[in-house]
Amino acid sequence: MIIETKHFGEIEINEENILNFEEGIPGFEDTHRFGIVSSEDPESPFCWIQAIEKPELAFPLVDPFAIKKDYDFELKDEFINSLGIEGATQVAVFAIVVVPDDIKKMSMNLKAPIIVNTVNKKAAQTILDSDKYTVRHFILDEFQKQEV
Amino acid sequence: MLVLSRKKEQSIMIGDNIELTIIEIQGDQVRIGINAPKNVSIFRKELFLEIQEENKRAAGSGKVDLNDILKNK
Repeated sequence: MIIETKHFGEIEINEENILNFEEGIPGFEDTHRFGIVSSEDPESPFCWIQAIEKPELAFPLVDPFAIKKDYDFELKDEFINSLGIEGATQVAVFAIVVVPDDIKKMSMNLKAPIIVNTVNKKAAQTILDSDKYTVRHFILDEFQKQEV
Repeated sequence: MLVLSRKKEQSIMIGDNIELTIIEIQGDQVRIGINAPKNVSIFRKELFLEIQEENKRAAGSGKVDLNDILKNK
């Protein structure tokens, strides 16, 4: 299907790949269906999710492990079940990215990652119990730390 | 909203298996103990508001080629 978007113009979204956030995303609880807009560079850890019904709504995401290799957390059984996840191979993890005016200060939310069941396309943003992570990790800082 | 008054060491049950106990009261601060099954998420409301706020900032992100940033830092 072709959808209208503010950032990307008209784009083609494969309906089979539409993510279904049954409970929405905190702050956007009434928006459930998002298409994934991948980067043109296949190596890129970044992508966007674009609301199917709202051209103006899109979130930049990043593969958190590409920025912070030692990122790790546990998910509650109830959460895993709510997405119908049956094994680790059908899980994808993303962190929501904030790109402020000063782009060097872009950050990712590791306290509340987005978890996707890659088989049934159910997705949700969960809040981790762990105090190790916050809602704002500066991506360039984390990336440089990792390279040292 | 249901409002109940409790004294120190008194509890409130929510369903069969969630228990909130008033541990300590000091001035305008109350310490609350929570017994709940592991699968119940418990967090301060501020955290939820913080996540909502951060999501709203993320939705306001301009379209930029984020990849270039890592390459050209």
